[in-house]
Amino acid sequence: MKKWFGLCLSLALVLSLSVSAQMNSIGEGEGALSIVAWAGYIERGDTDPAYDWVTDFEAETGCMVSVKTAATSDEMVALMNEGGFDLVTASGDASLRLIYGKQVQAINTDLIPSWSTVDERLQSAAWHTVDGVHYGVPYQWGSNVLMYNTEAFSEAPTSWSVVFEDTTLADGSSNKGRVQAFDGPIYIADAALYLKYHNPDLGIDDPYALTREQFDAALNLLRQQRALVGRYWHDAFVQIDDFTNEGVVASGSWPFQVNLLVAAGEPIASTIPEEGATGWADTTMLHVDAPHPNCAYKWLEHSLNPKLQGDLAAWFGSVPSVPAACTGNELLGESGCDTNGMGNFEKIAFWKTPIAQCGDGKECVPYYEWVTSYIAVLGGR
Amino acid sequence: MRSLSSFFYRYQRLSLLLLLALPLLWLGVIYLGSLSALLAQSFFSLDGFTGQVVKEFTLSTYTQLFSPANLDVIGRTVTMALVVTLASIIVAFPLAYTMARAASPALRSLLYLLVLMPLWSSYVVRVYAWKLILAKEGVLNWFLSKLHLSWLSDGLLGLPVIGGPSLSLSFIGTFLVFLYIWLPYMILPIAAGLERIPKSLLEASSDLGGKPALSFWRVTFPLVLPGIVAGSIFTFSLTLGDYIIPGVVGNSQPFIGQVVLIQQGTAGNIPLAAAFTVVPMVIMALYLSLARKLGAFEAL
Repeated sequence: MKKWFGLCLSLALVLSLSVSAQMNSIGEGEGALSIVAWAGYIERGDTDPAYDWVTDFEAETGCMVSVKTAATSDEMVALMNEGGFDLVTASGDASLRLIYGKQVQAINTDLIPSWSTVDERLQSAAWHTVDGVHYGVPYQWGSNVLMYNTEAFSEAPTSWSVVFEDTTLADGSSNKGRVQAFDGPIYIADAALYLKYHNPDLGIDDPYALTREQFDAALNLLRQQRALVGRYWHDAFVQIDDFTNEGVVASGSWPFQVNLLVAAGEPIASTIPEEGATGWADTTMLHVDAPHPNCAYKWLEHSLNPKLQGDLAAWFGSVPSVPAACTGNELLGESGCDTNGMGNFEKIAFWKTPIAQCGDGKECVPYYEWVTSYIAVLGGR
Repeated sequence: MRSLSSFFYRYQRLSLLLLLALPLLWLGVIYLGSLSALLAQSFFSLDGFTGQVVKEFTLSTYTQLFSPANLDVIGRTVTMALVVTLASIIVAFPLAYTMARAASPALRSLLYLLVLMPLWSSYVVRVYAWKLILAKEGVLNWFLSKLHLSWLSDGLLGLPVIGGPSLSLSFIGTFLVFLYIWLPYMILPIAAGLERIPKSLLEASSDLGGKPALSFWRVTFPLVLPGIVAGSIFTFSLTLGDYIIPGVVGNSQPFIGQVVLIQQGTAGNIPLAAAFTVVPMVIMALYLSLARKLGAFEAL
């Protein structure tokens, strides 16, 4: 019965994917463009005049850009379901939901001259390409890093064990109460990634597709971690404060916090340990009923502009999807891409939403259970 | 115009209806309507396969609600709300008494200003400020070490459950911030209650031989009790629903508000989020009916 259902589902998907039309030519701009984006992703110089990649576009194309910022992937999906928007900068978890929910249309890459400049590793990434059809243009990506205090560590830690296991650090005291972890349920994947490396008997392949046994093992690791963690972090600025004033010396983090702390002269550095790390990759996607498709295609091309990509990477602490953006960008600097993790692509397990039917007839623990279980772990159970 | 007014004069029931239509619509449709939608949601469940909400009546969400981990969350939140309320009463009463009785008019205005002023600034900013005050390398610890009182905070933080590595990482810290943030809501009703007690009653009490302490317990306290209960409704219900303070200060053990947020926002599990919202509603309904018996609503 389940097999039949799966078959019908995939059939329906194939059918629906093949009928969704894509554009064949770009016409005159419609004079307007509306984008759903993460805060800080579409800057027009309001926050800092140096960071502006909208004004030029508007002058050049006559497409007036309006931005609706969203705080979570769920909000993005909800807004796109509502309709009325042209583009969305969707993360790996939202992008597939939008494709399978038929809210976004296939992209004709021939209409985007800069498509060939996109990092080859991203061009056909699984979070926006289904059955060889592209449903978006890669925008930016980044990885979570292990941030540490150089006074507590004589050299860069090589393993995430410093946040998972009770360890005596180089400065002679225990890590108990001095490490942090992210307080979102997706952090369970970080634990799974650690187990994938250290406990191969569990047979974890994809940290976002966990069987019951693998999931329970990850939870046990997280329970052990609970005893070491004073406070879990969810707000970047709270974490920055915890590293400055609370004596926290190691935690999973974003390049964003590392850059700010280093700029403030704190003894902070970051690394990607041997187990690898989790990360995110965002894609600009086009709504199936976009009211301004011509302007949208113009923006998709503009979004790959090396200047924009470099400026955005400097602003957000992310990595450009166009490698050419890494050289000669004033705001990003010569080593900006490396600082933000350009070389770590292979080590990153990119974020996606865990689903029950995780392929090959395997039964995985769905995301809503990740949420309840993680709440229980935080509560000390 | 004249005929219109005489029309409404003749049909007074109709004019009453027209006057009440808007507020009734607001209360009935928008307020009660969304409340019942919320209640209805809590009797749905989440399908594990699709992650979609199944719109069929079931009690499975409530079974989930009463799992040990969720009961922990509820217990933790209610305990915090009770402790914060009791502490607010203890801290607020002397201040309210001074404001209503002892202070000169000038001092009184100043005190009212000081109590009200924090309410004019952003709540989030004040919470973050407290995080800095309570941090391990923060202001409070600095003062304590200068005064050679570090043993005091160390002793407190060494306590099981409520202790932790530093004040801002422990339940003590969460408690202090809750207390600070909600204190004005306790001070004002108590002060209002005290001001309404006629001086003549106290004079009568002392004329009849009542010593100050006796007058206080037999006259002042019973009369101000409704004010205290009114204040406690604020502190209790506000603590019950808050999701920002325990996220910024404390050891990350989740409170009801945070769980509601994460269940509906991150997990898309609206039924469980709704069931969680029903918990403070039930607790508050019980609390309010008790408060009504104590006459709290006359002091609002």
